[in-house]
Amino acid sequence: MTHRPRPNKLRRFVARVPFMIGVGLLIFYLLFPFYWAIVSSLKTSNQLFQTPISYLPETPQWGTYLSIFTTQPFGRFMLNSLLVAGGTTLLSLLIGVFAAYAIGRFQFRGRLPVYYMMLAVTMFPSISVLGGLFVLIRSLGLYDTIPGLIFTYMLFTLPFTIWILTSFVREIPMELEEAAFIDGATPTQTLFKVLLPMIAPGMVTAGLLAFIQAWNEFLFALTFTVNENSRTVPVAIALFSGTSSFELPWNQIMAASVVVTLPLLILVLIFQHRIVAGLTAGAVKG
Amino acid sequence: MQQSTDIKPVPRARRFSLAAWRARTAWLFLAPSLLILVLVAAYPLFRTFQLSLFDVSILKFPLEPVWVGFDNYVALFSDPRWWRSVWNTVNFTFFSVFFETVLGLIIALIVHSEFRGRGLVRTAMLVPWAIPGVVSSQMWRWMFNDVYGVINDLLMKLRIIAAPVAWLAEPAFVMPAIIAIDVWKTTPFMALILLAGLQGIPKELYEAARVDGASPVQQFWRITWPLLRPSLLVALIFRTLDALRVFDMIYIVAGSQVETISMSIYARQQLISFGSLGYGSAVATGIFLILAMYITAYLVALKVEVK
Repeated sequence: MTHRPRPNKLRRFVARVPFMIGVGLLIFYLLFPFYWAIVSSLKTSNQLFQTPISYLPETPQWGTYLSIFTTQPFGRFMLNSLLVAGGTTLLSLLIGVFAAYAIGRFQFRGRLPVYYMMLAVTMFPSISVLGGLFVLIRSLGLYDTIPGLIFTYMLFTLPFTIWILTSFVREIPMELEEAAFIDGATPTQTLFKVLLPMIAPGMVTAGLLAFIQAWNEFLFALTFTVNENSRTVPVAIALFSGTSSFELPWNQIMAASVVVTLPLLILVLIFQHRIVAGLTAGAVKG
Repeated sequence: MQQSTDIKPVPRARRFSLAAWRARTAWLFLAPSLLILVLVAAYPLFRTFQLSLFDVSILKFPLEPVWVGFDNYVALFSDPRWWRSVWNTVNFTFFSVFFETVLGLIIALIVHSEFRGRGLVRTAMLVPWAIPGVVSSQMWRWMFNDVYGVINDLLMKLRIIAAPVAWLAEPAFVMPAIIAIDVWKTTPFMALILLAGLQGIPKELYEAARVDGASPVQQFWRITWPLLRPSLLVALIFRTLDALRVFDMIYIVAGSQVETISMSIYARQQLISFGSLGYGSAVATGIFLILAMYITAYLVALKVEVK
């Protein structure tokens, strides 16, 4: 069997070549647009608008990154986004964990209808509540405020959080809870002392997905804020305008895009297994 | 003596109240979530239905609604811009979901096989998914630039096109360009779901098929395809629902121009930009009904499939 290993190996290698080219093209397709955003952010306006275009930043202009913070309140937008996404995440986890505990562990009439209603909420289009929500948050005095955005974002983060946490709550052995009950723990104590440590991975997954959703949200942020004081980064990037009306400041737009995307990419790279598990569980169990 | 009088029989009702007490606790725990969902989902949805029966401007607060009955719906039915937005949305949905499914399946099959650098590809797949929709729209808008865009440059270097194409100005090319952006952003998500489906197929089946002399193509059609169908179906449904709601991408790349305007953009334009809360709500209700019809059709189809 081993007297002619070479041609076999060579043949196998040659057979792999088209496959490896395919993989290379795939990686190029997935990553090139982001690479291009970085390259463009490091060019001067002159380099940006010249042909033939260059594929490398010849003289990296890091100043572009500074300029987005000085020519407009980009720091403020970042802070707003952080407050909105952070607030949304914390609130949905805090409220959602109680609901998930109730749905996952308690037997009561109306349990399934409640569960299915929450699923239904994730399906219907947010545009169909836009008008009603607009009127509601105006009359509550929440229009153009950060709490207002956090409140409206509950529409998509809360049902999703409850859904993920419920599946985690169900996996915990019943005995633990019974032991706590016999020891005289109240349901709230049981939830926080016994269940919470065990569903911590679920909290991380649900929290990350809620954060990403809130960080990226555009339609509500565009509609429910007008002022720069409550504007989030996606809206700021969408409304970017330059000093000249002919060409947009693409290097600044790309710099802002990189700045808003980097924190997400770092989170995703660190927690990629959790995120994939959360996404696929959500879709496959559907 | 004294001890015995202290021990009273537990009343019957109290003895069986554990279940009732558990149910009360459950509703108490659910109350905050239900309250919030009623406020952000149920009530605004009801308000939208209600406002669609009035002529009312968003600019006057408090609102001064004037009852018009179904006039808004009559107007909606003969509104060419509304039907154009429906057509654009269906068009966008069909082509983007089609390409995302085909490409997603190919990528999932590639990543499912063993090769060096597999982890790198799986990580790279998450990049388009993680980039905010607004950001990817702006990135691609710049790449599609007619004079300084990298896409024209690459295509001309590869001799696929002879002269630069004004992708985002030419009516025939705007929608395909937008679909290309959506395909880039969402295919990885599709691939991840299909990959999870592929990993759920027992390896023994393939081994048995190989022993029986089945070719790779036969293995795909006889094993992979039938067993992947359920997760493919679910992924398709979710993606279609998502695509029918499209807003960010088209809004950023093409604004509200008639060639590409989607249902959601049209509803927002009527509601907010034009301030006609009544007519805009009728548009929003129309979208709601279209999606409800789609979901019902899907549930019926799924039941047939299960039988």
